[in-house]
Amino acid sequence: MTVYAYFVAAWLMLVGAYGIVRSRNLVHAVVSLAVCQSGTYVLLLAVGYQHGALAPVFGSTIKPSRHVVDPVVQAMTLTDIVVSATVTALLLALAVQVSKRQGTVDPDELTALKG
Amino acid sequence: MSHRGRLLVFFIGAGCVAAMFAVAFFRMPAFGGTMHLYRDLAVRAAVAHQTANVVSSVDFDQRGMDTFGEEAILLASVVGAAVLLRPSDEEAELRPKRPGRILPSTKLLGYALLPVTLLIGLDVVLHGQVTPGGGFQGGVVIATGLHLLYVAGSYPALDRVRPLAAFDIGEAVGGAAFGGLGIAGIVAATSFLANFLPRGSFGQLTSAGTVFVLNGAVGLEVGCGMVVLIAHFLRQDIIIAAKAEQAQ
Amino acid sequence: MSAGAVPHYLPLIIVIPVIVGCVLVAVGSYLPRPLTDFLAIGTAAAVTGLAAVVLTTASHSGRVVTWTAGWRPAHRLSVGIPLIADPVSAGLALLAGALVTCALLYSWQYIQSVSGRFSALMLFFLAGMEGFALSGDLFDMFVFFELMGAAAYALTGMKIEDESAVQGGLIFGVMNSLGGYLSLAGIAILYSRYGQLGLPQLGAMLAHQRPDALVIVAFALIMTGFLVKAAMVPFHFWLADAHAVAPSPVCVLFSGVMVELGVYGVARVYWTVFSGAIPHHDVTRAFVVLGALTAGIAAAMCLLQRHLKRLLAYSTIAHVGLFVIGFATLSDNGTAGAALYVVGHAGLKAALFLLAGVLLSKYGNVDEHRLYGRATADRVEACLYLAAALGLSGLPPFGLALGKSVTEEAVAATGYAWGPVLFVAVSALTGGAVLRAGLRIYFALGPRPAPESGAGAGEETTGAEEKPDTKTLPRTPITMLAAIVVLVAGALATGLIPGVGQGFADAAQRLTDRAGYIAQALGHARPAPLRRHPAVSWTAEGIGLDMLSAALALGVAGLSLYAQCLPEVLHRIFRPARPVIVTLRRLHSGHIGDYVAWLFLGVAAFTALLGLPLL
Repeated sequence: MTVYAYFVAAWLMLVGAYGIVRSRNLVHAVVSLAVCQSGTYVLLLAVGYQHGALAPVFGSTIKPSRHVVDPVVQAMTLTDIVVSATVTALLLALAVQVSKRQGTVDPDELTALKG
Repeated sequence: MSHRGRLLVFFIGAGCVAAMFAVAFFRMPAFGGTMHLYRDLAVRAAVAHQTANVVSSVDFDQRGMDTFGEEAILLASVVGAAVLLRPSDEEAELRPKRPGRILPSTKLLGYALLPVTLLIGLDVVLHGQVTPGGGFQGGVVIATGLHLLYVAGSYPALDRVRPLAAFDIGEAVGGAAFGGLGIAGIVAATSFLANFLPRGSFGQLTSAGTVFVLNGAVGLEVGCGMVVLIAHFLRQDIIIAAKAEQAQ
Repeated sequence: MSAGAVPHYLPLIIVIPVIVGCVLVAVGSYLPRPLTDFLAIGTAAAVTGLAAVVLTTASHSGRVVTWTAGWRPAHRLSVGIPLIADPVSAGLALLAGALVTCALLYSWQYIQSVSGRFSALMLFFLAGMEGFALSGDLFDMFVFFELMGAAAYALTGMKIEDESAVQGGLIFGVMNSLGGYLSLAGIAILYSRYGQLGLPQLGAMLAHQRPDALVIVAFALIMTGFLVKAAMVPFHFWLADAHAVAPSPVCVLFSGVMVELGVYGVARVYWTVFSGAIPHHDVTRAFVVLGALTAGIAAAMCLLQRHLKRLLAYSTIAHVGLFVIGFATLSDNGTAGAALYVVGHAGLKAALFLLAGVLLSKYGNVDEHRLYGRATADRVEACLYLAAALGLSGLPPFGLALGKSVTEEAVAATGYAWGPVLFVAVSALTGGAVLRAGLRIYFALGPRPAPESGAGAGEETTGAEEKPDTKTLPRTPITMLAAIVVLVAGALATGLIPGVGQGFADAAQRLTDRAGYIAQALGHARPAPLRRHPAVSWTAEGIGLDMLSAALALGVAGLSLYAQCLPEVLHRIFRPARPVIVTLRRLHSGHIGDYVAWLFLGVAAFTALLGLPLL
């Protein structure tokens, strides 16, 4: 149990990559890339977790103390999630244009770049 | 390579990478352990700057340079997507067709929830320094909330409410404001993104100095940016079509 | 500004391009084209000037350090992010600014601008490069790596009417993002044990550790992202595809500085964080193997190309392999030589890409065979092309030749006697390919290629269908020519200015000095005085090997031009190589699944090369 969470993260990364390798559709490939990125988020958050600790937001009911989970990995992850949505959108825009120019989104049928 | 060859190469590589991960994971501190060096430092720093939400403090105060980079990525991606989804030489813009039938229940829920969602989003942005939330999360809520108008109404209704040029400007103003506030930090306190505004007291709305203002700037930028992004995708689908089709 | 104030203004190098980019996004469609171009060029020039100021300050005081938001370190720990500019970082920042200025000058008026958005994206790209070069924090480097990527993917796919452009952009995007995510996984693994993200703090913690499996795995994963960016084999497949389709001024930036920033990332993170924990000879062996493989395969692919921009792209990959070998010597001279080589290469490669862009704008394609003899009236461009091509093969006194000779010597001194042979061979092969193309296009030398000739027409991207960057131009605009002349002159100047070698040698010393970096970043230490060392300069053997490379390049060009006329004997000698060449060609398939499979195999092979000897 002490490393299970890390293995979930590794599984997500590798399965996302596997999705790109055997993909027959560019949209599917871009979404598999997003799955791979989610794996890195799970790894970051798992690294920061502490059993029984509270959320790192203080207020009237929770006084400032150090018994909270790691806020740094949470900060890294939350900005990255929003930004990765836009980068995925950028890649999807490219996929849209590929389908318009070459009439297909199947990587096996894209012939414009070779050699 | 053939399909099978590709899979073989991948499995050899991924198998080794999986082994690498396993070797590293068994030497990492156990999941859920108590030793978190950066957490101790970050919590102390956040409390010193009167910021109740430590995550926001790390995002905008301690590691503000990272967040500046992230919001620049967002800007670049939105501008890039806008450039990539422009009408090409053989395409032109149509008038959108009339929308199909919309269920009355959808209309009711959509119109009722629209102002509620926008208000919640605004609340999340403004309270980023005292409760979970902040500019990024609130901006996304506002942007997607606006599109309830498209779901419950029609594309022309959405189009009337969101002039693209204004949202472009809004996004740019948000991004420039973040950078500008950072430069103000150089002028006022000799370091970029220094927290030089009065910090108030713990748990107040206007506590944490610059974190409050930066949250607002990011909220503006993310909200407008997401609206522009979705708008370009919708236009690609609904308005832009090949000139040959348009003639029909 | 006074020397004491320079650290406070360091972040401006990164912030100003972003703010001006925002301005261009907001009002670009309302301003006339010349004004947006002027604003963009002015900003890039200002950033270049600021980087020059930082470089001079860093040369005197070792490193320029600023902790953003004022979070100074205490007890060797900190919550903040430092920006640390030593001479190498500042030099790369200067190079990036200068190349962006030249690229924007070339784009003046003619490149399709999409309401100022092209310039805005170029400025965001510049900000990403500057941030990556100046950052002193692992996660911050990752963030600016992603910024470089996002702007670059959009810039690559800009010519949306070109079917290969959008495909190239997508491949570039997926590959670089995947490399970045693997790096982030490595950062997370390292962070879990050490709890800090800043380079100085991590370097202090790892300083005298025994090599441990976790550290090796983290190192290999973090290096993966940088190696993908640097286009080392087998992570290199995306680069030729991206270069083939991006507008020429964008290719200038890719080949001139973006790829080299990948090599910088490897060097920076290794020297400051891992050099105390992983034995030097392991790292040397791993990177020398990687570099030699890259240089060899890319040189072979370079000769086979007829698409001018793909040819130049493979030449870049080959040279990056040589830069990495220079870094891999882990010596001051090797690093100084590699840095000089990078700067010399940047100017010449940039000029060649802009010349290819001019050909595309005037004649509508970049296929070497179809352009045969069409540019014989362009005297000025012909001279510039020849100068750049000969410089690329190592002709003195270009700066590239100086870098090459210094690096060769350092590699031989590290114990790899075959190093100079590899350097000469790769320079000759790639230079020969570039010369061959130029002699065909500008001088109509050699027999005219048959219309659909070349081994396996249909198996390769020819460049005949490439969409132009601009409307067809009857004459070369003066702004385009000016940019090219500036670049070639700059490359020449790097080899001629006295004291340049000394400056690079000092910079290399600062880069490899981990203790000095940590001390200056975490405290108020004065920089350690530089060791006296033999100056890095022209030597007789170096010049001899350089002239040999250039001569061999001419020979290679001649052989390829007149291949049909060669006696049958020579054809029979090269016949066994055919199946290898065909397989190599077919591996570069343009299929994203193939590339990702090779990426993972490459990570596994690199880690094995590094880690197995340590078991």
